[in-house]
Amino acid sequence: MLFKLQPRPQPSQRMVWLSPLLAIALMLLVGMVIFTLLGQSPLKAFHAFFIEPINDMYGLGELLIKASPLALIALGLSVGFRANVWNIGAEGQLTIGAIAAGGVALWFYESESIWVLPLMLMAGALGGMLWAAIPALLRTRFHTSEILVSLMLVYVAQLLLSWLVHGPWRDPDGFGFPQSRQFTESALLPVMLEGTRTHAGIWLTLIALVMVFVFMRWSVVAFQMRVAGLAPRAADYAGFNAKRTIWIGLLTGGAAAGIAGMNEIAGPIGQLSMPLSPGYGFAAIIVAFVGRLHPIGILLASLLMALLYLGGESAQMQLALPAAVSGVFQGLLLFFLLATDVLIHFRLTPTWRSKA
Amino acid sequence: MNADTVILILVATITAGVPLIFAALGELVVEKSGVLNLGVEGMMIVGAISGFMVAAESGQLWLGVLAGAGAGMLMALIFAFITLTLMANQVATGLALTIFGIGLSAYMGQAYSSVALEGIKSLHIPLLSDLPVLGQLLFSYDPLVYLALLLFPLLVWFLYHSRGGLVLRAIGESPTSAHALGYSVIRIRYQAVLFGGAMAGIGGAYLSLAYTPLWAEGMTAGRGWIALALVVFATWRPGRVLLGAFLFGGVTIAQFHVQGLGVDIPSQFLSMLPYLATIAVLVLISRNAKTIRLNAPASLGQAFHREVH
Repeated sequence: MLFKLQPRPQPSQRMVWLSPLLAIALMLLVGMVIFTLLGQSPLKAFHAFFIEPINDMYGLGELLIKASPLALIALGLSVGFRANVWNIGAEGQLTIGAIAAGGVALWFYESESIWVLPLMLMAGALGGMLWAAIPALLRTRFHTSEILVSLMLVYVAQLLLSWLVHGPWRDPDGFGFPQSRQFTESALLPVMLEGTRTHAGIWLTLIALVMVFVFMRWSVVAFQMRVAGLAPRAADYAGFNAKRTIWIGLLTGGAAAGIAGMNEIAGPIGQLSMPLSPGYGFAAIIVAFVGRLHPIGILLASLLMALLYLGGESAQMQLALPAAVSGVFQGLLLFFLLATDVLIHFRLTPTWRSKA
Repeated sequence: MNADTVILILVATITAGVPLIFAALGELVVEKSGVLNLGVEGMMIVGAISGFMVAAESGQLWLGVLAGAGAGMLMALIFAFITLTLMANQVATGLALTIFGIGLSAYMGQAYSSVALEGIKSLHIPLLSDLPVLGQLLFSYDPLVYLALLLFPLLVWFLYHSRGGLVLRAIGESPTSAHALGYSVIRIRYQAVLFGGAMAGIGGAYLSLAYTPLWAEGMTAGRGWIALALVVFATWRPGRVLLGAFLFGGVTIAQFHVQGLGVDIPSQFLSMLPYLATIAVLVLISRNAKTIRLNAPASLGQAFHREVH
């Protein structure tokens, strides 16, 4: 071994912010190697992946459309993750949020009331919270692992959606495709930027960003939850309410994911269909970690992850590479981040020097 | 329902349980060493596509099974390096492994979704397979089913009756003491994680080569997660893992037969059964807080560094 890991007396604050950058650099480097191995010119691939998708207004709009749900869900999840509450079922909460909001939209089909959208928003948030309340209840009442329960519920939610769009909610004029009717005007989010598909959902994400920032920075509850995450016994001893931590952690993620689901169907999709999201609920976990569970970090990380999605689509069109390659990059990014995080608590020392 | 149908259901239950047996027994060994690898789903699906690719290209099904095991081990190696050598959070790394594996398998399998394979055939044992009823119930399986059933006693022997198993369990209970006694905690954990990867890979390859000999994106459909739940449900005991795997095999099969009985339930609700059953058994087993605390390996999920401890 050329190097050895030596514990640092204090965790390095510099590395906390440097390691995501290091991880991104490593991901790009490995990406280049992979593209070269696939017989592509690395520069051309880099261009297709990271420049091409965002070199016009429309592309930038698409970037925001994808970054918005990622950031929103990651913001919600980060509240739980900080307290070691592992909600990994955001994809299911997003689906139920979309179902609830979609139900409202279909109920008020062809209504012109301005209350349809606010009602959809509330239904989406409540749907997501309801789905997240199941693991919260089972964890607080029966000590059941919220990781496994929330994950199992992803499959249940997707099957429920599948039943709805194949059965009772299927578009009667949809030629049998598994999708609902197209929502009418009053159930669609207005477009914000001319010439793009960027919708008003972006504002909801920005509001969530401020709310989470304020909550984490100034609230006592957030402080107590953080202690519960870092030192559960200390939190117990101080009399902090452990159950409340679990409930808040899960419900925040659920509400955020539910709203993200509502945004998807009232924004870019415009109806209920299968599949609803290209794995936003799972990718948001990566966004939360790469963003260091900090609102500003999450915002930046969501833009990067959105670019990876777009890059995958662009690489598919321009280089005939399968779009699934984005999933590979997303996974690599998280691997590198977790790996470089070792430098926060440890120092790499060359063994030849310490022996001399 | 006549006797033939009952036998058919039982046989299908056994084969549906086999991928879970491989993955869950593998994860059991990993967790006994004190490591929690949530990447089972990712290792399984990469095992499934790797096995399928190699079998389709070489025409050798057994080579496919080996490739599945190898691919699972490679995936496990990534996890081991990040969590054991670099001491990263095991929960996050396991999640990353699953996300990565699902993406990677979709990428690898792009050209294989329309390829047809013969699939691993059941073994015909002279005389035994021809017995009435018993022949079909006990001797009508493909070799991997027998391998899974053989794995169980071997594992029990290793864990509870061999020195290696004792060391493994000691490391899971108290890595610091095992380290003080001179055992290399990290090396043994590496071995356990790699074994778990190989087993998850074989479980995946069983799906794509024998259970339904084809490749479809996301074909493991949460079986890796169910395997993880099985280990908890089994309170870390191999015998109960086996029992649980067949129970879930039964639930998986039941959904196909309920419709055959003329019960008018949409198929989506029947497909929810394995996931809902997983939640139900998890609640049952963990409702008494002590059950988990007393049975789980004491160091489960915690990183180990000899200079910090």
